[in-house]
Amino acid sequence: MTSTHLGAPHPAAAEEPLRPAANVRPRARRFRDWATAFTFTVPALILFGLLVLAPILFALYVSFFNWGGFGSPSDFAGTDNFTRLFDDPVFLGDLWRGLVLVVLSIALQLPFALAMAVLLNQRLRGRAVYRMLFFAPYVLSEVITGVLFVMIFAPDEGLADKSLGSIGLDGVGGLWFAGQDTVLPTLFLVMMWKYFGFHMMLYLAGLQGIPSELHDAARIDGAGTWQRFRYITLPLLGPTIRMTVFLSVIGSIQLFDLVWIVTQGGPDHHSETMAVTLFQFGFKRYQVGYASAISIAMFLISLVFALGYQRLVLRRDTEGALTTMRANR
Amino acid sequence: MTAALRRGLRSMPLYATVWLVGIVMVTPLLYALISGFKSNDQLSSNTFGLPSPWVTENYTGILGDSAFWRSLGSSTVIALGSTALTVGAAALAAFALARFAFRGRETLFTLFTVGLMFPFAVAILPLFIMLRTFGLLDNPWGVILPQAAFGLPVTVVILRAFFREIPGELEEAATIDGCSAFGFFWRILLPMARPALGTVSVLAVVGSWNNFLLPLLVFSDPSWWTIPVGVQQFQGQYSSDVARVCAYLVLAMAPALAFYAVAERQLIGGITLGATKG
Repeated sequence: MTSTHLGAPHPAAAEEPLRPAANVRPRARRFRDWATAFTFTVPALILFGLLVLAPILFALYVSFFNWGGFGSPSDFAGTDNFTRLFDDPVFLGDLWRGLVLVVLSIALQLPFALAMAVLLNQRLRGRAVYRMLFFAPYVLSEVITGVLFVMIFAPDEGLADKSLGSIGLDGVGGLWFAGQDTVLPTLFLVMMWKYFGFHMMLYLAGLQGIPSELHDAARIDGAGTWQRFRYITLPLLGPTIRMTVFLSVIGSIQLFDLVWIVTQGGPDHHSETMAVTLFQFGFKRYQVGYASAISIAMFLISLVFALGYQRLVLRRDTEGALTTMRANR
Repeated sequence: MTAALRRGLRSMPLYATVWLVGIVMVTPLLYALISGFKSNDQLSSNTFGLPSPWVTENYTGILGDSAFWRSLGSSTVIALGSTALTVGAAALAAFALARFAFRGRETLFTLFTVGLMFPFAVAILPLFIMLRTFGLLDNPWGVILPQAAFGLPVTVVILRAFFREIPGELEEAATIDGCSAFGFFWRILLPMARPALGTVSVLAVVGSWNNFLLPLLVFSDPSWWTIPVGVQQFQGQYSSDVARVCAYLVLAMAPALAFYAVAERQLIGGITLGATKG
């Protein structure tokens, strides 16, 4: 069996086709190797195929029907459910609101997380405590976070309005989650509270990978703090930053729990996301065909974005991690 | 001015910034903790101060209620079940994907990595219909199995990377000594991969613990409600009793925060690996 196992392959060798070696081996033995390897993957394949892939194929099938979710789908609707998507102001609004959240995240949350990472990467007393504290909300469920902030942002009675009132800023706060124009920014504040620590941790890990010699050399050459940040830290953190942008977008596409707890998409759809619309149609209004079309749209948006982003942006970082794995860390 | 003092002054804004952020981060949590010790009258008349007197009924009432402990129990059972299943299945698959050469290996691996980036919500509707068809509603397996399946991608990706780093000589030596492929996996690879197994287990536990959508749909019967579903129901029931909801929140977040305190290293290692490997 010795020859059947790959050792830890050389990074380049991992991508080579394996056929030449296989041709040398007798056919029976080759089959036995394949069978052994395949057996190991069976439990994962069954789970994954049955509960991840099959549902998506099923959703694809159902999306071509008008179906209430009971019995078997029979009222074929062609592509009606998909054309309806483009006329549905709520769904188009979902896309817009998703985009707004992504832009806010890239413009505010990620730079803030980066700034905190740079600060906590200094020799600072108690930095381990800050690091732990900033990341802590990440481990709380979105449900707990949502309920907590519903109370804090309760108009007039909540901690937010009372605090503003106590420093003479009555009326600066106001409706928060209850206002059509304020609900999305307020939601974003909560998301930032919960998730900036996550991005900060990724940046911190990236920062620790930057050799301090680079900073020392630049300092000797007379580079200031900003210059060192701009020309050393930022470029070397590039892969991490591009990855956090990716994760922000994927996170925004699947945002559900927090919105469902806090507003259920209201007031008047002003905080609704794709997943919330999907839930409304699928589980409240029993338009399962249309809800399935939404889920297929979500899947395609994620897939197209992920593939495009891998190809155009992450390519140089991971050498196309989607198709091949880099063997070295 | 001494050098030390000058350095101290220069880092003042730095400390002020992290202090301020720290206060913003901790205030909501402290607010919930302290409000839980107040009556609702105190809460509106004395929002910022310490409770006087300290009211403990909110906390003791919840702790004396079996519903809270039951949801703690079902969250634990479901988290452990999902984790065991996902880590077990993923470890076997990652072993095959890391250390065997077979045709279709990269395709198989790509299949798993694709799973990394598409949202759980996409599959929830057909998943629900499938679970209903197979009679898995109001059954813990109805949550455990899908969670295990959706946990596979990140687990496979991290474990495969780890398995690849274990030197091939070790495997050759084991094989020469008469070790089968499974024997090598079970007796040598897994014990060596303990840190990686810890990391992926922690990720799976946290993911399961915080999952809301699936248990919400699967369990209509309160006896299996997990903590997030319990929190939502409790808030619906006592929405006007803010102090009591605060107490419930604090008790509901305590296990997660305690777990974080214990497993901080694995969790942070896990999210970093998950992000860089995906």
